[in-house]
Amino acid sequence: MPPLNLSPFGERLKTSWPAGMAETRDLSHFVHHLDGGLARMELAVDGIVCGACMRVIESGLAAMPDITLARVNLTDRRVAVEWRDGKVDPVRLIDRLSELGYRAYPYDAGRAATDAEQETRTLLRCLGVAAFATMNIMLLSVAVWSGNASDISPEQRDFFHWLSALIALPAAAYAGRPFFHSAIRALAVRRLNMDVPISIGVLLALCMSVVETLHHATHAYFDSALMLLTFLLVGRTLEQAMRRRTRAVAGNLAALRAETVTKFVSPTDLTVVPVASLRPGDLVLVRPGERIAIDGVVTEGRSEIDQSLVTGETLPVSASKGGVVYAGTLNLSGALRVTVSVAEHGTLLDEVTRMLDRALEARTHYVRVADRAARLYAPLVHATALAAMLGWIAFGASWHDAIITAIAVLIITCPCALGLAVPAVQVVASGALFRAGVLLNSGEGIERLAGVDTILFDKTGTLTLPEPEVVNAADLPADRLTLAGRLALASRHPLAAAVARAAGAKVPLAAIEEPGQGVRCEHDGVELRLGRPSFCDADRNAKIFDADPEASAIAFAYGAERYVLAVRQRLRGDAVDVIGSLKQDGFAIEILSGDRAPAVAHAARTLGVEHWHAGMTPADKIARIAALQSQGRNVLMVGDGLNDAPSLAAADASLSVATAAHLAQAAADAVFLGEQLAPVAAALVIARRARQLMRQNLLFAVAYNAVAVPIAIFGFASPLVAALAMSGSSILVTVNALRAKPRERR
Amino acid sequence: MEVLIYLVPLALGLGLLGLGAFLWSLKTGQYDDLEGAAWRAVMDDDAPVEGGKAKEG
Repeated sequence: MPPLNLSPFGERLKTSWPAGMAETRDLSHFVHHLDGGLARMELAVDGIVCGACMRVIESGLAAMPDITLARVNLTDRRVAVEWRDGKVDPVRLIDRLSELGYRAYPYDAGRAATDAEQETRTLLRCLGVAAFATMNIMLLSVAVWSGNASDISPEQRDFFHWLSALIALPAAAYAGRPFFHSAIRALAVRRLNMDVPISIGVLLALCMSVVETLHHATHAYFDSALMLLTFLLVGRTLEQAMRRRTRAVAGNLAALRAETVTKFVSPTDLTVVPVASLRPGDLVLVRPGERIAIDGVVTEGRSEIDQSLVTGETLPVSASKGGVVYAGTLNLSGALRVTVSVAEHGTLLDEVTRMLDRALEARTHYVRVADRAARLYAPLVHATALAAMLGWIAFGASWHDAIITAIAVLIITCPCALGLAVPAVQVVASGALFRAGVLLNSGEGIERLAGVDTILFDKTGTLTLPEPEVVNAADLPADRLTLAGRLALASRHPLAAAVARAAGAKVPLAAIEEPGQGVRCEHDGVELRLGRPSFCDADRNAKIFDADPEASAIAFAYGAERYVLAVRQRLRGDAVDVIGSLKQDGFAIEILSGDRAPAVAHAARTLGVEHWHAGMTPADKIARIAALQSQGRNVLMVGDGLNDAPSLAAADASLSVATAAHLAQAAADAVFLGEQLAPVAAALVIARRARQLMRQNLLFAVAYNAVAVPIAIFGFASPLVAALAMSGSSILVTVNALRAKPRERR
Repeated sequence: MEVLIYLVPLALGLGLLGLGAFLWSLKTGQYDDLEGAAWRAVMDDDAPVEGGKAKEG
């Protein structure tokens, strides 16, 4: 079956291995050598949508000789392949997948991904143990409860209690570790988090139950302690699963856009290698139309460089021998040989990275809702338990009864519902965001997005589409446009690429490229030229575009006929509507751009945005954000360029575009996909709804305590009451969390 | 109540068996791709697919 292109990545991302290249591709960086003479590689595959794709890929790869394993992971949209080492060229795997109709990209798992996987497994294992223990202890407890109401003998009860202890103690020691560790870490830095009251509650409940069992008492709380752990582990596991899913998608995005470079392995031989494998001093080739993936010094060649992604400035700068080029910029007109340099002090990337670190550090001061609740909650609970104990002693109860009551208060107030309240909402909301085309980087991103009241947009690549477009394609007769498009395919210049896209051309014409000028060819006895207006002798015609500050002109000559096409950055299709509705919803909106004033003013006028700033450096943007924050505003930054990365990190919340520079994506709370701006508005709506539900859930938890605590204080908290109250409140908050899914509008 | 002598170990044994099965399924990676597993359940193993033989597993 042909792949349906329904994946969120669609066609928008360019292939990282340019087609038709003669050089070899070196994938050894991605291949892992296993024991037993096997090699393994993971590939992120674009366009896997259902089981049928899975089937085609697995059987298609398995049919190749010497392939020992091909297994698709549909959740992560990846395929793992193993083969007999040395027998298969890994490049063949990618070619085979493209024969099957899928674009695949080598995926470098890295350490972070492995750690996350390990954590998921640890949590699941703890959950399994806790659930097993809870079920078996509950079985014994129900027998004791019903026996207490009828005719159980004290010996039988003790036997059941000891049996419960036998199961509960090792199980709690194993399954409680995630909480104990986190509580100890928090206490070590003299802070309180939710895990502190949880750990104290569980440990006290277990100790008390053992002591009570020794004294042949009627009640033991083994079941409560384990049930608490089970519910909380469910919450943790959900949270972790959400994080893993968004990370998998983000990892695939990175692999799809994996930066590769063409490296000289000898003065004449070229190899395509991943950037990660480059060393300073390596010599690389940058062709016109390619994005430069490294910082370096030009050793040969002359070209113009588009730095718009880095600085936001749309006017190209020239580069020649000895000049410095930066990662993320676009080589426009000529081929360059570049020596890779170390990112020393003073390079642009270095400067940006430094600002980014500082900004990220500042943001870690953000306190999550759950942790804020814990800070209030823990002292309150412990004070209540203490007051209950002192109260009972004051009223003449024995020390033993008073302590039992105090511990019962601790157990029943243990934040079972609180532990689920926030993660459950996060999971449902992140699923909703995923469907709206927004990928979360961090769980607390939802909380941060919900608090926003001011939105700052970058212009180039964010409000506008990342790729420039021909605006006046209708000026050409259809057959001339087709010819121009076919001719444009012969060039790698971005302006030519825009013409080819506009014409929908597929078959290139055999043409000669004049570096820095354009392309020309003979077609049916007529000379065709496409390139600079001067190259096509169309200078006079191009004059009309001088009025438009953003447009670049590209001319097409068909014999004596002259046409001039205007290529410019176009606003995203729904930008005007989305900005309009955001303004209506009461958001303050500004444009911060590194571009020139006329270009920014034009975009601001079209969108109806009154406040705009042009020519801003990354530092200016941060200053503007700080100024707004000092006025008490909560700022959302939406940007894509390298120059936006520090401001994305500095803002209260941030969104970045899927086509954005790596650094910008890493700094943002969430990434949105597609050519529309609508996901920005959708993200804000979903986040606000999620925050509302989180608050509701926390309120439920408080209300539950308001009922349960008096019962415990007055000494009626039997293990049966505790079990019912705990599971009841947990189910309530989970069901409420499901409402974070937006209603279907059909 | 002598029945407890074998009922209790039996109950615990069954519980441990379940736990063991869960840990084993976890270890063999059966929770790594829940979406894919749903599709694999409805795929025919022996139906020929264009371009090659289906691989088992």
